[in-house]
Amino acid sequence: MPEQKVVDIDYLFKEAPRERHFITGAQAMAEAVKRANVDMAIAYPITPQSEVMHLVGDLYAQGYLKDYYRAEEEYGTMSAIAGASRAGVRVFTATSGPGLLRGIEAIASWPGHRIPAVLGVLTRVVNAPLSIQPDNIELAYLLHSGVVLLHAENQQDVFDMTLAAFAISEMVDVYIPVAVATEGFFVTHAKGYVDMTPEDMKLPPRDPYKAPVPVTDNEVPPARIQRDAPVQKSNFMSYLIHAVWQQEVWSSTQRAMKYIYKYLNGPIEVVNPDADVFVVASGCAAAQGREAVRYAQEEGLNVGLVKIKSIRPFPTKEVRDALKNAKGVVIPEHNIEGWLSKEVKAAIPNSGIVVDGPRVYGGMTLPVELIMEEIYKILGIKQEKKVVI
Amino acid sequence: MGLRYVQPAPGFKQYLPKDYVDLIDFGPFGKEVDASQLGQFKEILEEHPMCAGCWMAYFVRVFYASLPNPEDTIVLGTAGCARLALSQAAVPFIYGNYGDTNAVASGLTRALNLRFPDKQKDVVAIAGDGGLMDIGFSMTMHSWFRREKFTTIMVDNEVYGNTGGQESGMSPKGVQLKMAPKGKKFDKLPATELAKLAGCVYVVKIAPTNIKRLSKVIKRAILAARHFGPTFIHAYTSCNIEYSIPTEEVLKDAREREKKDFGFEEYMTDEVRAFFEEIEKKKKEVRA
Ligand SMILES: Cc1ncc(C[n+]2csc(CCOP(=O)(O)OP(=O)(O)O)c2C)c(N)n1
Ligand code: SF4
Ligand SMILES: [Mg+2]
Repeated sequence: MPEQKVVDIDYLFKEAPRERHFITGAQAMAEAVKRANVDMAIAYPITPQSEVMHLVGDLYAQGYLKDYYRAEEEYGTMSAIAGASRAGVRVFTATSGPGLLRGIEAIASWPGHRIPAVLGVLTRVVNAPLSIQPDNIELAYLLHSGVVLLHAENQQDVFDMTLAAFAISEMVDVYIPVAVATEGFFVTHAKGYVDMTPEDMKLPPRDPYKAPVPVTDNEVPPARIQRDAPVQKSNFMSYLIHAVWQQEVWSSTQRAMKYIYKYLNGPIEVVNPDADVFVVASGCAAAQGREAVRYAQEEGLNVGLVKIKSIRPFPTKEVRDALKNAKGVVIPEHNIEGWLSKEVKAAIPNSGIVVDGPRVYGGMTLPVELIMEEIYKILGIKQEKKVVI
Repeated sequence: MGLRYVQPAPGFKQYLPKDYVDLIDFGPFGKEVDASQLGQFKEILEEHPMCAGCWMAYFVRVFYASLPNPEDTIVLGTAGCARLALSQAAVPFIYGNYGDTNAVASGLTRALNLRFPDKQKDVVAIAGDGGLMDIGFSMTMHSWFRREKFTTIMVDNEVYGNTGGQESGMSPKGVQLKMAPKGKKFDKLPATELAKLAGCVYVVKIAPTNIKRLSKVIKRAILAARHFGPTFIHAYTSCNIEYSIPTEEVLKDAREREKKDFGFEEYMTDEVRAFFEEIEKKKKEVRA
């Protein structure tokens, strides 16, 4: 393990030299953890996540992390993450599909506990029937939990978003968990080029006293020796406090937006802003959307891409602006329910221009041709169905 | 040292609420107190909304009076009657989700050890029979298997008290409770046996009829957890509401159960025994 020196967050993101590596998404996530000055990680195996936490385990063995263990199951994992974070250390864990759902009661309570944890979500079918393939329906369950949710298109995004997640989650005006999702296998087990910061540089350590709520370590004034837990006093107080607290959590999610601009170049990426038709996509569907834009260009069609990087906070204003002159919107997704499509429709005034789909599920691949078909339909282009043998 | 954080900065004391100031001046922080001195110092727990005559509420009061180091103690609780009092005590308290105490405490204890390798921070999880032996069973057991260094206390009222009297795994066989309309079909879970098998280094079963003894085992459980591994106290804390025990007969009931199936048991490893003997020896020397 090389001696790592602490560098300023802004320097690491904006100025530090980068070197290109050809690595898997799982490696990219672990490489980000390596540079994030993480104190402790807790692991529980599930395909396709396991690879990430194996690599993080290796980091612990090499001395990059101070503690690491395999927990009893995901509910225990997510609860222990809460405990460790409340004691003031920087924590990381990752899971997939059924594991995420098993842990979700604990995860959904992290924002309320003001826990700046980072959670990797490497998507996988939610049973039944059983499959281990990359369907991303599980992200729908995270949308209402109060966590910041970033969705990575490729290995580079996985690296950048994971590293940024640690910085964003601990900002005093945010201080809630950040989940970084990407598609299992398609990204986690496939290689791509990743420009990485040097491995001998790391983020500053977590400062547990730079926090909007005190950590539980018996070292921080104001002392919690006031015998007044108002939530327990009466139902009226309990409603009121819960309501105020939720407002604060959801405002914190919104306040994460400025850091998403700062460290991730904003919550969306627009390709060909003057297009007639847009593909709007997140995660690895955005990669297919990018291909569709290239196909369309070759065919002389004016098609653009709006890639959504941040699902929570949802970039309502940015999406509305990007789509204000669109004649049609195609939203390819890796799930049957179309959670992204619902988000986009709710964000724009003319939701009738949105085509629901194409959607693949059960973990199938998303052929660019399916996206092109929807584009042709919008543009009124009749396509001969060609069967290639 | 946590004592520093309890004490207000000079000049600030006069602006603090009287209750806070009294806790600093007359509370147990930085002193060696004992439950037998109850009434002679300002207690960590005073007000609470638990039922009148509830033995569990009394247990919680004794618990706080027995902490060896209240200024550096963190208590974890969960859904259940006890948390109504635990959350109102003058010691930091964590409430996560139902049954999660021993997983949260695992993360917390490890993290405190990373941050304060040279300071002792005591972590105690107190939860009901349902919390520790039903919904949180695997987290309870695995924290023990992993030999996490904190204390677990089960306040066993043999019922889901907080949700209105349903059967728990710790309810005695045969009793008719809600969700067991024809009576419970299986025996109480052997909690202390499980604790020993799973590697707890100090295990006590107690019907808290003798406050001095109760106070002593609480202190012992916390001290042993500091150095040797997980410790567990299984305390009978009757629910006078759900078991219809008249308030004035609560103690009588505890004594009867003590004779029947809650006789005092104290198990410890040789290492822990030697450690306590050393402490006792030193105390005697000091007295002499
Ligand atoms: C996930 C979840 N399931 C169920 C509940 C409802 N619940 C709250 S307290 C409780 C029972 C508590 O029983 P026990 O743990 O024995 O504590 P007691 O109230 O008897 O002291 C239950 C089932 C909950 N809060 N969370
Ligand atoms: S319901 Fe039972 S255990 Fe709960 S506070 Fe009342 S008497 Fe105590
Ligand atoms: Mg109970």
